[in-house]
Order: sequence, then structure tokens, then C-alpha cells
Amino acid sequence: MNGRLKSVGLALLAPAIAIVLSILVTTLVIAAVGSSPGEFWSTMFEVPKPRLRVDIVNQTAMIYIAAVAAAIGFRMGLFNIGLEGQYTIASFSAATFAGAAYLGGFANVAASLVVAMVVGAAWAGIAGVLRATRGVSEVISTIMLNAIAVTLVGYFLNNYGVKEGNSVHTKNLPSGTTLGGWSPFEDRDGDIWALAIVAVLVGVGFWALLNKTRFGFDLRASGQSESAALASGINPKRMIVISMMLSGAVAGLIWMPALFGGARNYGTSFQVGLGFLGIAVALLGRNRPIGMLFGALLFAFLSVKSNDLTFGTDVSPSIVQITQGVAVLAVVVTYEVVRRWRTRLEQRAVSRELTATTGATA
Amino acid sequence: MSAATAQRSTIVERLTKSWLYIGLIGIGVVSFVRIITDTDDLTGAGTIRAAIIATCPILAAALGGLWAERAGVVNIGLEGQMILGTWGAAFFTYHYGPWVGILGAALLGLVGGLLHAIATVTFGVDHIVSGVAINLIGAGAATYLAEAVFPEYEGGGPRQLNGLEAPAQVTIPGVSDLANTISDQHWFFVSDVASVIQALTTNISTLSLLIFALVIISALVLWRTSFGLRLRSCGENPQAAETLGVNVYLYKYVAVLISGALAGIGGGFLALVASSGFSTGQTGGRGYIGLAAMIFGNWRPGGLLAGALTFGYTDSLRLRDTQSVHSLLLLVAIGLLMFAAWRACRKQVKGALVVAAAGALVMAWFLLTDSVPREFTVMTPYVTTMFVLALGSQRLRMPAADGKSYRRGSAG
Repeated sequence: MNGRLKSVGLALLAPAIAIVLSILVTTLVIAAVGSSPGEFWSTMFEVPKPRLRVDIVNQTAMIYIAAVAAAIGFRMGLFNIGLEGQYTIASFSAATFAGAAYLGGFANVAASLVVAMVVGAAWAGIAGVLRATRGVSEVISTIMLNAIAVTLVGYFLNNYGVKEGNSVHTKNLPSGTTLGGWSPFEDRDGDIWALAIVAVLVGVGFWALLNKTRFGFDLRASGQSESAALASGINPKRMIVISMMLSGAVAGLIWMPALFGGARNYGTSFQVGLGFLGIAVALLGRNRPIGMLFGALLFAFLSVKSNDLTFGTDVSPSIVQITQGVAVLAVVVTYEVVRRWRTRLEQRAVSRELTATTGATA
Repeated sequence: MSAATAQRSTIVERLTKSWLYIGLIGIGVVSFVRIITDTDDLTGAGTIRAAIIATCPILAAALGGLWAERAGVVNIGLEGQMILGTWGAAFFTYHYGPWVGILGAALLGLVGGLLHAIATVTFGVDHIVSGVAINLIGAGAATYLAEAVFPEYEGGGPRQLNGLEAPAQVTIPGVSDLANTISDQHWFFVSDVASVIQALTTNISTLSLLIFALVIISALVLWRTSFGLRLRSCGENPQAAETLGVNVYLYKYVAVLISGALAGIGGGFLALVASSGFSTGQTGGRGYIGLAAMIFGNWRPGGLLAGALTFGYTDSLRLRDTQSVHSLLLLVAIGLLMFAAWRACRKQVKGALVVAAAGALVMAWFLLTDSVPREFTVMTPYVTTMFVLALGSQRLRMPAADGKSYRRGSAG
């Protein structure tokens, strides 16, 4: 019991240090440019208004889906930096499909989600296949695929999209297939999007997959030691392609809550950067379903609450990007330090016990 | 002794000869395509000038990547360091003039490099993870600092700072005019060479010259000095280097700091030379393209120069007319077919067929259309890199311990 408590304490130590560190750096940066850190923190820590609370929940959902997508790769030892490209091209495809209204009502929504997953999986699959067959680092290929996805979507949008003033977007969803959501406060405060539930499903699914299935075991095994996995009959190449595609399929869902909730088309309302936030949150939450939930909530809170800064203070909202970045860097560094420290503690404990037993027998 | 010198001279001879031939054939093909398709813009001095400007930031980032990876540290954070560089250049140029501005760009990039070095070298964090975090921090810091500082400046706003003084430009009087006259004749081969000379001798930014010089300096330092040898040994086999008394951590730190500074200079180039001021999001992924150019160039200075020039050239054509981009297709097709023939000569039948098929496809694309959508040119560097990686990954050789975490004392 004591040992368990200690290990939980050690696990929480790293994020705690990281948060303190990022608060410190943010404060210093704000003070360095001559603004007031006190005002900044008091604005940030005010209880958010109902409207912002709704936004925080919605953003948490999307960031969480992205984090799970990243974590699937991480647990396998793959670095899927291409979430950004995967969800861009998947969101565009799903929005185009949904806008074309081949199906009506709920069937349209379901089919569009499938389209998003398939496209995301296919786009990630390119990197997976290149890695498995040609040994191309997935980091480099997904960076390239990100750029290609963004330009490709731009091309299709400019040539086949609906032009409206200066902006271009895909066809609006037919009126029967927007899902709206649930408004916990007054109507003007907005809805929690119906598809935010996808985040819950993805989170539970991720937990069950890793801990309750053969595939999850294979995935974790390959991530920890490829040779051990190979020895126990796992085909590493197959695992690379499958887990990459799985990661891409989940990535395809990232923006779906917004599409069917508020956006209704792919255009200026498309939110970029969720992929990189997802990677950051996966790192912050140690690829654990619960850890990532807290990470996603923290990042969503920072991003949404920073909107208040424009009214009360002279600090610009982009400061929270520094806070987020520092938090990620600090958390990975402190995890590493804690890990080394823990190893040393264990080594010491083992040597103590060894000397004790040998001393007794002698 | 004499045998060694003899052997050495033949190697030098062979290398320079083969490069010379490849270069001559390359210019010949470009010139041929220019005349066939009647697009003088393909090698016009204006195009070459634009290409040089587009090449420099990519080249600086690629060099940064080279320094870090030769010491065994993968630096995905180049993009973030470059972004920091754009802000540094703007801030310091505004106050102290362009040359201090470039130093400022290097300094800000160096700070990004320092973060990366602390995380990866001292704490052994995964290099990619640290790089991603640095990109987040770099983008956030530049955006925030711009919004906090620049609105009060003359010509500034929350997202930009215009009217910055650029570094001086150089013109070599006699050569420039002569080259201009020759290139206006549009002769086969001669005029194409003349436009390159004209672009290099007319109103070329001193910062461009500096970045080109840095390629040569980097090559000499890394491959011709004992410092460079030790630095590269940290990238190939840090344990072995340690047993020989090399301070691996120190060399890795130096390499990553230089890497960040070079990426920062690339960012500075974007703010001071490529455009007349700072704007948020100015780098547009050029740090990543630099990384791609370095891989394309097989972790070698000459190779990354070729990669950066290729990417810079396509990037500059995009800004000019679509006609010349279209004739570029013919160029690519001929290039691919020649490469296929070369492979066939070496009896690599399968590879030759694949490349020939690709060449035929591009040729068909050229013959069946009149223009190339702008977006496709934007994609070129990325698609090229994917192909090079997919087809040539067996022949690419990165430093043996690249991207691996190393701890002092692990050599035992």
C-alpha cells in the first residue's frame, strides 16, 4: 500500500513540477514585456462565464480525440506527427460527402463519420506502408504528408468549393443532418455538441483496446520491444501499418463534433492546430486515458479562457501558447528526471536487500 | 606517401569531373527545354534571382539540420527556431540596423537550440518530442512577443513590422553588364549560364552571399578539421568517441546551438531580404523543407545545397508565371528518363522501369495539358522528398547514432 501510494505520488510529481514551471515562465515573459502578471493570472483564474464553459467542453472533446489518436501511435513506438494532415483531409472529405447529401438524416452523419475515418486511415496508411516496406521514418513522411494534405485540400476547395464573398467552403450540410447539441445554460450560451460524445467513446475504446484485447497487448509489446514482440509471434510490419491506420482513423474524427455541431461546412470555420495540440496533450498525459483527459481539459481551458484577456488586460491571448509549449517541454523533462531518480531508488533498495540477505546467511 | 597523394588526386579528379559533367548536362537540358517550350523565363535572370532568394532560408535551415544531425541530435525544432529568428531579426534591426538584426536572429534561434540541447542532451528526452515542443514554444513566443512589442513601433502592428532596413546589396559592375547583354541574346547554353552569373553579380544581398559562404565553411569545418571529426564522431558512435576522450555532451551542445543559430539566420533572411518586414507565420513550414532538403542531400553539404536549390527554384517559379511551371514538367520528364537510362546501363532493370514509367507519366501530363495548378507546385518539394525517401532510402545514409539518446558514462 505504501509502495503504491509512493508510485502514484511520483507519477503526479512530474506534471505538478511542469505546471509550476510553466506558470513561472509565463509570469516571467509577461513581466519582461512590461505587462502585469497579476492581472493576467487573476483574469485567467476567474470562473469562466457559461458561454466559455460550453466552449471549454467542446474544445476538450476535440483535443481529447486528437490526443488519443497520437497516443495509439506512441504506445506502438510510432510518432504520428501527421495528425494535422490526416484530420484536415478527413474533415474536408467528410464535409464534402455530408454536403452532397447522398443519404438523409442520421444515416448521413454515420456515413460521413465512416468517410472521415477511412480517409484519415488511408492518409496515415501511406506513412505506415512506407515505414514497413521501405524503412522510411514516419516522422519525416508524415511531416511531408501534412504539407501535401493542406495544399491538396486548398486546391480542391478553390476549384470545386462554394464561393461566398472572399471565402470558399464546401456545400452546407442539408438541414436534416445537423445534430445541434445540448445546452446546459441559456440558449444564447451555445450548445455542447452532440458528437462530443465521440470523445468519450474513443477514450473508453482506447482503454479497452489496450487493456482488454489481444491486439492491445501486441501493440504495447511491439512498442516496448520489437524483438520481444517478434519472438512472441507478432508481425511487426503488420503492426506498424495497422496501428498507423488506426491512429489516422481516430484522427479523422477530431473535427467531426464541430462539423455537425456548429460549423456545417468545411471553410473558414475549420480549426487548424488541433493535431499538434493532441500530440502535446498525449505527452502531457503520458498516453493514459485519464491523464490525457486532464491534459485536454487544461489545454482547452487555457485556450478558451485566454479570450477574456483582450477585455481586462493588455496581455495578448497568444501568451497561452507559450504556457502550453513550456508545459509540454517541462513535463517530458521532469518525467525523464523522475524516471532516472526512481531507477536509482530501486537500485539502492535492491542493493540494500541483497546486502541484508547475504549478511544474514553469512 | 606518393601513392596516397596520387590516389587522393584521382578521387578529387573523379569527383570534380563527374560533378562537372552532371552540371554541364543539367544546364544543357534546361536550356534545351527553354528553347523547345519558348519560355525564356525558365532561366531568366529574374527567375534565378527569385530562386536564390527562395533558396537561402531553406539552405540555412538545412545547414542547421546538418550540424545537429551530424552530432547525433535530430532537430525537428528548426521550424520553431526559424520563427524565433524572424522576430529577433525584426526587433534588433529596428533598433540597431540590419547586421545587428542578423546577429539577433541568430541569437533567438540559438535560444531555441539551447532549449533543445538541454532537453535532449542533458535530460535525454526523445529528440522528436522536444522538437515538437520547441515548435509550439517558438510559434507562441514569436506571436506573443510581436503582439506585445511591435504595435508601438513605427510601421508595426500586432502581426507585422514593416519597413525594416535590408542588408546591403552588391553589384560587380563590368561582369554584371556583360552577363546581362549575353543573357538577352537567348542563345543555347551560353545565355543560361550568363543569367546565372548576372543574378549572382547584380544586386545580390550580402546575406545571401553569407549563407552560401556558410555552406562552404560548414563543409570545411565538419570534414577538414579535427573539431569537425570529433563532432561527427559523436553522431556516429558517441560511446567510442567518449572512450577516446571526446567530451560528447559539449560537442552535442555546440552542434545544436550552431544549428539553432543557423535556423535563426534563415528566419532573419525571410524577414529582412525575402520580404521587407516581419509578419506572423512568415516561415510557412520552411524549417521542415530545410530538413527535407538535408535528407534529400543525404546529410552532406553538397547534397543539401542541391536540394535547397531545387526546392528554392520550384518555389520561385510558382510566384512567376504558370507557363514556366508547365515547361518544368518537360524538364522533370527528361530528367527522369535520363535517370532511368542511367539505371538501365547499370543493369538495375526494375528500378529503371519504375523511373521510366514515372517519366512517361510526367511527359504525358506535359503533352496533354497547358498549365499546372499553382497548388501542385507548392507540393513539389514535399512530394519529391517522399519519392526520394521511398525509392532511395537504401542508399541514404544518416549518421549511425542519429536521434539516439546518449548518456555520459554509458561506454563503461
